[in-house]
Amino acid sequence: MIQIEKVNKWYGSYQALVNVTESVAKGEVVVVCGPSGSGKSTLIRTLNRLEPIQSGRIVIDGVDAYGPHVKLNAFRSHIGFVFQQFNLFPHITVLENCTLAPTRLRGLKPSEARDEALTLLARVGLAAKARAYPGELSGGQQQRVAIARALAMRPPLMLFDEPTSALDPEMVGEVLLVMRDLARDGMTMVCVTHEMGFARDVADRVLFMDEGKVLERAVPSEFFARPEHPRLRQFLSDIRTPFAEAA
Amino acid sequence: MTPIFDLNLLLTGTYHDWLVAGLITSLSLTGISLALALPLAIVIALIRLSPVKLLQWSGFAFVEAIRNVPLLAHLLFWYFGAPELLPTALREWLYARNVEATSAIIALTLYTAAYMSEDVRSGIRSIPGQQFEAARALGFSFVASMRLVVLPQALRVTIPPLISQTLNLWKDTSIATVIGVAELMYQAAKVESATFRSFEAFAFASVCYLGMSLLITGAAGWYQGRFPVRTA
Ligand SMILES: Nc1ncnc2c1ncn2[C@@H]1O[C@H](COP(=O)(O)OP(=O)(O)O)[C@@H](O)[C@H]1O
Ligand SMILES: [Mg+2]
Repeated sequence: MIQIEKVNKWYGSYQALVNVTESVAKGEVVVVCGPSGSGKSTLIRTLNRLEPIQSGRIVIDGVDAYGPHVKLNAFRSHIGFVFQQFNLFPHITVLENCTLAPTRLRGLKPSEARDEALTLLARVGLAAKARAYPGELSGGQQQRVAIARALAMRPPLMLFDEPTSALDPEMVGEVLLVMRDLARDGMTMVCVTHEMGFARDVADRVLFMDEGKVLERAVPSEFFARPEHPRLRQFLSDIRTPFAEAA
Repeated sequence: MTPIFDLNLLLTGTYHDWLVAGLITSLSLTGISLALALPLAIVIALIRLSPVKLLQWSGFAFVEAIRNVPLLAHLLFWYFGAPELLPTALREWLYARNVEATSAIIALTLYTAAYMSEDVRSGIRSIPGQQFEAARALGFSFVASMRLVVLPQALRVTIPPLISQTLNLWKDTSIATVIGVAELMYQAAKVESATFRSFEAFAFASVCYLGMSLLITGAAGWYQGRFPVRTA
């Protein structure tokens, strides 16, 4: 589903991705973790070309993302992207957020788009909020709508960039539940997250990034039980005892 | 004996008709100029925000060139200057028609658009970049993302400054009098010189300007109630 080959990316003179080579199979759930500033967002954003790369190749579902003949908008419409800050469109209702792209880009009739959107909203537990505006919802509800909005384009691949990091702790669970449900359904997913419980239970593979490199990749049991790289060991102990440094 | 304030003069008869014709001309100048200026302002704002340096620069040059010259100079240029540049046939065609009103509309449109484009541009800049990015990530083009996601939000926050530009436009139509457009001030002056009732004539004009301004402000209030600024 995804092939990443020797990708390098610079922001000015700062190299944010160093020779990254990875692949993700169809139906696979891959969790990406690593310290802040390690390049996780950069990596996931290069997958749908929100960020340009300077060298290397990214092929998604057989399409060379940076190739000369890519129809960028159509390419992106096949990849669902969920942002840390939800980024719902605040001036239209929850339902309209979920029908805007399908009516305009998939050519659905308004009634069809509405029915599909209501089904998706029911799936994320928010059918009752269809007529609400995003500003009237809690963070957890907004993020669930954002997932429904992305799903409304029926993408074969979903990307998540720290979808629960901006949430109050009591709302993290409801969003992870929706993501688990998606994974169980066979969706191909790449999730940047520090939710290690989610990684352990749901991921097929976990990647660890630091300083723009993928330092370790393993199935969750290996990843947590036998971390090899010293940086990963440090990282795992830091997130288990988050205040260790301050103590 | 004539009354101190001859209301009848304003309410019926020839002079009434003159004044109403002037009012209609002023309203048309405002309506047409606004209808042309607002889309033009949006286009200029988008040009100034486009990623292409040359476009940004030409948008900037256009806005500054227009804003820093008085409206009167624009008006006289479009009336006296610009037609000189046209081929004779086209010029004669134009002079056979309403060249005064046409020049006034061009001047008012460009002038208003230059100011409005700055308001629209700051409105667009006040919308977080993530909104645009979220639209692009769904697969919308640059233009569609602007049109469906960014502009509807930006215009809502831009309504108050756009209203004050519209009020300026409405009052600025009076300047077209100097090139002989038969708008409200022109007609009021005409009634004044025909009747020597200057107080009545100019009172009529003033009440029209004031009344219309209040209507515009009221319409803005309605719009803001109907389409409130919402944030997530
Ligand atoms: N737009 C940008 N311009 C310059 N540097 C950036 C930009 N975005 C990210 N960076 C830098 O690239 C590095 C990786 O950032 P990011 O991918 O956001 O990290 P992460 O998501 O793992 O926290 C950081 O050092 C960050 O400062
Ligand atoms: Mg990040």
